[in-house]
Amino acid sequence: MGKIKILTKDIGTPNLQNIDVYISKGGYASVEKAIKTLGPDAVVEEVKKSGLRGRGGAGFPTGMKWSFIDKTPGKSRYLVCNADESEPGTFKDRYLMAENPHVLIEGMITSSFALGANRSYIYVRGELIYVVRILQKAIDEAKAKGYLGKNILGSGFDLDLNVTCGAGAYICGEETALIESLEGKRGNPRIKPPFPAIAGLWGMPTVVNNVESIAAVPWIVVNGGEEYAKLGIGKSTGTKLISAGGHINKPGVYEIELGVPVEEFIYSDEYCGGIWKNRKLKAVVAGGSSVPILPANLITKTANGEARLMSYESLSDGGFATGTMLGSGGFIAYDETACIVKNTWNFARFYHHESCGQCSPCREGTGWMEKVLHNIEHGHGKPSDIDLLVDVAKKIEGNTICPLGDAAAWPVASAVRHFRDEFEWHIKNPSAATQPGAVFRNEAVLA
Amino acid sequence: MSEISLFKVTIDGEEVEVAPGTTILQAARQLGKHVPPAMCYYTKLQGSGGKCRTCIVKVTAGSTKDPRPMPKLVASCRTPVMDGMVVANETSPEVIEARKGVTEFLLINHPLDCPICDQAGECHLQDLGYEHGAQKTRYDFERRTFDKIDIGPYVQLHMTRCILCYRCVYTADQITDKRVHGVLDRGDHSEISTYIEKAITNDFSGNVIDVCPVGALTDKTFRFKSRVWFTKPVYAHRNCPKCTGKVTLWYKGDDVLRVTGRKDKWGELEDFICNTCRFETKKTADWVIEGVVNVDRHSVISQNKYTLKAEKPVVPELASKHTGEGTWDHQLK
Ligand SMILES: Cc1cc2nc3c(=O)[nH]c(=O)nc-3n(C[C@H](O)[C@H](O)[C@H](O)COP(=O)(O)O)c2cc1C
Ligand code: SF4
Ligand code: FES
Repeated sequence: MGKIKILTKDIGTPNLQNIDVYISKGGYASVEKAIKTLGPDAVVEEVKKSGLRGRGGAGFPTGMKWSFIDKTPGKSRYLVCNADESEPGTFKDRYLMAENPHVLIEGMITSSFALGANRSYIYVRGELIYVVRILQKAIDEAKAKGYLGKNILGSGFDLDLNVTCGAGAYICGEETALIESLEGKRGNPRIKPPFPAIAGLWGMPTVVNNVESIAAVPWIVVNGGEEYAKLGIGKSTGTKLISAGGHINKPGVYEIELGVPVEEFIYSDEYCGGIWKNRKLKAVVAGGSSVPILPANLITKTANGEARLMSYESLSDGGFATGTMLGSGGFIAYDETACIVKNTWNFARFYHHESCGQCSPCREGTGWMEKVLHNIEHGHGKPSDIDLLVDVAKKIEGNTICPLGDAAAWPVASAVRHFRDEFEWHIKNPSAATQPGAVFRNEAVLA
Repeated sequence: MSEISLFKVTIDGEEVEVAPGTTILQAARQLGKHVPPAMCYYTKLQGSGGKCRTCIVKVTAGSTKDPRPMPKLVASCRTPVMDGMVVANETSPEVIEARKGVTEFLLINHPLDCPICDQAGECHLQDLGYEHGAQKTRYDFERRTFDKIDIGPYVQLHMTRCILCYRCVYTADQITDKRVHGVLDRGDHSEISTYIEKAITNDFSGNVIDVCPVGALTDKTFRFKSRVWFTKPVYAHRNCPKCTGKVTLWYKGDDVLRVTGRKDKWGELEDFICNTCRFETKKTADWVIEGVVNVDRHSVISQNKYTLKAEKPVVPELASKHTGEGTWDHQLK
């Protein structure tokens, strides 16, 4: 795998947040190229050719999403950037926006031009007020240079770009809840259909894209979609930001070319630098707290014994039985001292707290799972609790308005699937299991 | 007028033709059979539905053009039909299982205080529990409770019983100009509320009682007066300057204990009625009586589960011999 960097290549340059520095590195070339030579449809074409997939978690092809937007004349179109980043384990967008804000602003301008949107929004997670300030400054600079506002570069294209922020609700990262929140309403996900491409913000055709998806557009426009598609592996084209955390030597945000072997990602000094304190690896959550947790023996190799790669396809190889998902790229490693029951309870607590409460399975089921897990973790579990958890998770999954229900169910179901003996040990040995630092060991899953 | 071509839909093996734009739920209602239970959807309330998930069904073929099945169960109340769509409701074990799950979710934090709840007997959650509930709860945690709140002089809100269907919110949105009624907080601690317990002063506010599928919003002028199955529904009307004046009077003896709107067979109001008709017009003399109606009480109580089928024992020749044999008294021994 090459070591190419696209989004982060200039990070480290002093004052990169300043527009002159950013331009000296070749910044805003995509705006010039899109407006002066390509035109909107050709930009969409390049993004399609690039094979870029949404970096917000679902991995939906960005070019295809753009081509679904309703182009009925007379209807305003909107581009909304999802910078709500609140998934536990995921901290890549905030890093990118703080370190290299202009790449997002440039991406917003080029993408808005492609979609014919004259008013666009960046919706930032409420806690990240410092990012809001950085972005606002970048927008002001871009406006002063004529990249934003009326008649951009003399083209007749106008763009009003706004930064807004949420009030600290994970659910406002779900695209339709985000739209409701932007409209000043309670952040409840909408019932689909209609999808935002037909009726989104203010009922108008809208595209919602993740920060990283939009930030990849400038490079694609300047270098061509085909060049981008050469990077990566198979349908996982290009580069991806991975926020690595947990029990590793070098936590941080890494831009990888998709297709790097998971083993290399964990152990190479270029990335995570191996498991800290010379301990063994027990488990990995590869794509943010929502994706199924995998034991160490299944994360570096697929069930067929092939090396697992950091790509959409390879991580999901084996389905949920033995695989997981790339998700939003929140990579959390757990060493041999980590308690899976406690971790599962912690995740369940998060989803219970963040459920918007609109639909019954998620509203009631997340709380139920949290309470049962709390009992098991604190030595009050019953043998029937394990099957109960699996059943409750199953009854939430797929039966909710938005994917938060699935996101709450998967971590619980996968933890029981792969670490059932650990749950049983907790239930059978409550006094041992509740000792400080007590952890169940199964050498077979460690690596 | 150009002819609208109808969409053909198959629900549990039976075909029905409906206008484009019809939802699966409405198509089933038109068919009159295999109708999924709907706890949050309400035809008259724009935007309602999709939340409770009781009406979920399986779409085994999306349309004639694209016969692929839909990957997940869908909310029938918010999913429009396509021509050639094939839907499984009661015939799908997956649907039945999922619906059982939804019912359980709706009940784990419900107080199950039917014996003291005014809604008992016409409660959709009771019906749902009866049809899809389990015998025993698997939930052994403390249930969520809230304090009762008076919203205005006529309506009491008992959040503890609420299933967050949002119907009252949509009703309030539809009848008031400013938002006065909505949901506070999030998740399982969400709470229906008016601005700081402010009364909904709108003349049609009483309709929130009728749209509530459970006993969370009750009529303070009727509270604890009678079990609903001891009251007799009578259709009546009056010349009302504010609403259609078409109501149902609920009699016990000669007294009108309660006035409600008229409900159709799906439990939905035919017309929203005003507060004057509902709360302040309770004398027979105020009304033109249309006659006793056989209100289609959807409730389990009307399904002969709790009442006797015949008014009198049906074995007269034995009864006439005064042996006691063949009478109810005897059979009950
Ligand atoms: C509960 C929930 C939270 C989400 N949070 C985020 C988020 O913080 N950032 C994000 O980009 N996408 C988030 N998503 C995914 C968005 O709904 C949407 O798919 C995404 O923004 C689309 O952008 P993309 O196509 O560029 O990935 C979330 C989804 C759910 C269900
Ligand atoms: S799944 Fe959860 S978060 Fe999503 S709409 Fe339903 S209750 Fe809200
Ligand atoms: S009636 Fe369809 S989801 Fe509630």
